[in-house]
Amino acid sequence: MAAELHVALVAADREVWSGEATLVVARTTSGDIGVMPGHQPLLGVLESGPVTIRTSDGATVVAAVHGGFISFADNKLSLLAEIAELSDEIDVQRAERELERAQAEGDASAERRADVRLRAATATR
Amino acid sequence: MGAQLRVYKRRIRSVTATKKITKAMEMIAASRVVKAQRKVVASTPYATELTRAVTAVGTGSNTKHPLTTQAETVVRSAVLLLTSDRGLAGAFNSNAIKVAEQLTERLEAEGKEVDTYIVGRRGLAHYNFRERKVVESWSGFTDEPTYADAKKVAGPLIEAIEKDTAEGGVDELHIVFTEFVSMMTQTALDDRLLPLSLEEVAKEATPKGEILPLYDFEPSAEDVLDALLPRYVESRIYNALLQSAASKHAATRRAMKSATDNAGELITTLSRLANAARQAEITQEISEIVGGSAALADATAGSDR
Repeated sequence: MAAELHVALVAADREVWSGEATLVVARTTSGDIGVMPGHQPLLGVLESGPVTIRTSDGATVVAAVHGGFISFADNKLSLLAEIAELSDEIDVQRAERELERAQAEGDASAERRADVRLRAATATR
Repeated sequence: MGAQLRVYKRRIRSVTATKKITKAMEMIAASRVVKAQRKVVASTPYATELTRAVTAVGTGSNTKHPLTTQAETVVRSAVLLLTSDRGLAGAFNSNAIKVAEQLTERLEAEGKEVDTYIVGRRGLAHYNFRERKVVESWSGFTDEPTYADAKKVAGPLIEAIEKDTAEGGVDELHIVFTEFVSMMTQTALDDRLLPLSLEEVAKEATPKGEILPLYDFEPSAEDVLDALLPRYVESRIYNALLQSAASKHAATRRAMKSATDNAGELITTLSRLANAARQAEITQEISEIVGGSAALADATAGSDR
């Protein structure tokens, strides 16, 4: 049996996803980081970006995460985010509209949020 | 129908209408309490994880941060008071306001200036009526607060605490909210939110005295703490908002339940009075008829003779 780590992806108002995984890739302020079972205890600041979770049954879960933290200890990984959405929860059309609107208005942070959503949504489709 | 009886009937009708309304409000509030409670529970995993993370940084490094360092002399304190937008909730708002006023008095007795921040129209109206200064206020979301609302409230507060005292910043942040203990009990209480005492947070996160692992910080302990502490404050304010909302709904439910009960009692008393009035009316009518016919009989008997 491959080694596993327990992942909990929590948003401020709900638990978005939790389960066993073999690999988690997230974007911290100093670059992408991959966490596998047995990683050294880690606490990092997340950037707005997609998080990829390879579950133990081989499936891939992608979520769009906007700001937050990653913490790993005792084979338990928590991803804390103010806003987090799984790729299949994302409304692609709405995100596209948001992206256009943000580009038109020059709102860089909104543009980035919409872009992250779109990338997370298209990664699994 | 006699005048007396008509007055009773009219009052019964009006009280019945009121009872229907309060009953409906009671039921709405009851369903909202459950919803609000569920939101409190849903926000718990985030708060727990965040507390753990704050403890990890606080104990794993000797970083100093304006949000965790106690000022040598506290010149100014901020008090954040959470009330509701609407009334009809019994003593809910006045209890919270009372606690805030006691806290303000205590702080002023210690020689500190107090800046008041208010959430909810009720609290704001109370302060405005007494022409007391309110630094900033928010309203419109107290029934169902979202995380974005908590961020909106936390923003200016964190800014104020990071500012120098000489430039109008504050040294302490107290929060007054109503804790949701159970469906029947809600207590208004005050709590010092900032400066954060890491020892207390640590006690909360690891009650059994377990030892936290030595973390690797990415990018650095200072940066992590910088990003973590404002989120922690936001999450605490979010939790307080949710608890206040749940407490408000519970208080409304209780107030409306007793209003419904009182209306029911009033209807019973009024119906008794109405019945008595009706009986009196009938008795009077009978005695009038009997009296009348007796007088008539007397009159005819007299003419016969």
